[in-house]
Amino acid sequence: MIRINNLYKSFGPNKVLQGINLHIQNGETLAIIGQSGSGKSVLLKHMLGLIQPDRGSIIVAGVEISGSSEVELDNIRQKFGLLFQAAALFDSLTVAQNVSFGLERYRDLSRKELQKKVKESLAMVGLREVEQLMPYELSGGMKKRVGLARAIAYEPEIMLYDEPSTGIDPIRADAINELIIKMKQEFRITSVVITHDMTSAYKVADRIAMLYNGKIVTVGTPEELRKSDNQIVQQFIHGRAEGPIKEW
Amino acid sequence: MTLPTKSFPFRLILQQVGEVGLLFGRTIVSVFRKPRETKIFIQQLEEVGVRSLPVVSLTAAFGGLVFALQTYFGFHRYIGIGSEAYGGPIVTLGLTKEIIPILVGLMVAGRVGSAMAAEIGTMKITEQIDALYSLGADPIRYLVVPRTLACLIMVPILTLYGDIIGILCAYFFNVSMGVNRVVYMRNTLLYLELGDVLGGLIKAGIFGVVIAIIGSWQGLKTEGGAEGVGRATTKAVVISSIIILVLNFFLSKAMPESLGI
Ligand SMILES: Nc1ncnc2c1ncn2[C@@H]1O[C@H](COP(=O)(O)OP(=O)(O)OP(=O)(O)O)[C@@H](O)[C@H]1O
Ligand SMILES: [Mg+2]
Repeated sequence: MIRINNLYKSFGPNKVLQGINLHIQNGETLAIIGQSGSGKSVLLKHMLGLIQPDRGSIIVAGVEISGSSEVELDNIRQKFGLLFQAAALFDSLTVAQNVSFGLERYRDLSRKELQKKVKESLAMVGLREVEQLMPYELSGGMKKRVGLARAIAYEPEIMLYDEPSTGIDPIRADAINELIIKMKQEFRITSVVITHDMTSAYKVADRIAMLYNGKIVTVGTPEELRKSDNQIVQQFIHGRAEGPIKEW
Repeated sequence: MTLPTKSFPFRLILQQVGEVGLLFGRTIVSVFRKPRETKIFIQQLEEVGVRSLPVVSLTAAFGGLVFALQTYFGFHRYIGIGSEAYGGPIVTLGLTKEIIPILVGLMVAGRVGSAMAAEIGTMKITEQIDALYSLGADPIRYLVVPRTLACLIMVPILTLYGDIIGILCAYFFNVSMGVNRVVYMRNTLLYLELGDVLGGLIKAGIFGVVIAIIGSWQGLKTEGGAEGVGRATTKAVVISSIIILVLNFFLSKAMPESLGI
């Protein structure tokens, strides 16, 4: 579904991605783990063409992203739902207008159907009676969940979650894990989940990839990762300050 | 790619001109792309047009008054007592061709151009621009096109409105100074040409596009927090004001005396 070949990206002197190779299969859930600042969000944004790579290619459903025109990109982006790390709600629009934003543009629905879909999507993330609120009236966790409702509302083929459980209480966080699993099982959605939460990664992911020093150091099933003899991986998944990763 | 450091500012200016040109080109192309963002367009018409009325009323009124004042004393002093009524056509010409378009342009740049840069800039740094892309709303089509069209339409309308206010205030000033109202009016109408007014309105339309494109450009390239938004806002006002003043001179120079009407 998504094939990333030899991807490089720097911001000035800051070399963030240095040769990423990753293949995300149709219908799988891939978790990406890695230190804060290692470039996980940057990698995710490359998949939608929000950031242009310095070198390398990203192919989504057979289409090369970095050479595409804006019109082609519009078509590719329809396939994606993106949950932003900081929600990125439109602050001049109500919750309902936020959630229906993609729906209005990607699907041809009547006003009634639109309202129904908004209600359903909000219910899926455990929110009710918030349609007429403005984003500044929401708590941080609520914003995150509205952001999630906005992304799943138009039923994309590929969901990208940037730290879906960060800033949310443990019960709600697990409900979101369940939602990710449900989306995969019921709608056969391909998912990429960025997370720091190993419990969540083990629970939702078919495979886990670890990003370190601008490269993917390992990809494997949760089982394979646990048994990995790579010390970097072991240090990270067990959350130890001691080990080969020194800079933190 | 290593140019001598002396030419560095020149290269920077060239690069920025390129950026603005590119944005302008993409905006024109996007005007014809669907879906149209009608709701935002109407909001912007109100924001640029209706909400600017108080400011434009005031500036046009005092612009008209002060211009009438100096013209009155000019005639009074140099041509002679009784010739003041001949100031009418001069005031009208100056107001409709130059003063009101410039005043309205600068006022709208301050009011609307800054707001555009601040709003779009805040959206940029809070990833709302990325969110627009991801939800199928190209920011150029969704943000820049409605703003540019609204300015293109509203700045000339505001200018026409300002023309009327300015001319009326000049008239009242002269009348209050004891000038014969019939003679003043007749002189004004005798020499007033549609082409002069139209020339001013065309310039105003161009200023409107400048304001929207510069404001959007600064907003879209905003980087780095609240400070960045502040900088983008200031730059939007300063750059568009300078462009308006410089462009005004060259447009006036290029315009045929009265557009052949
Ligand atoms: N727009 C940008 N301009 C300049 N540098 C950037 C930009 N976006 C990201 N970076 C840099 O790229 C690096 C990776 O950032 P990124 O947001 O991808 O980290 P991350 O892995 O998602 O971290 P976290 O887990 O804390 O969210 C950081 O060093 C950051 O400073
Ligand atoms: Mg991140």
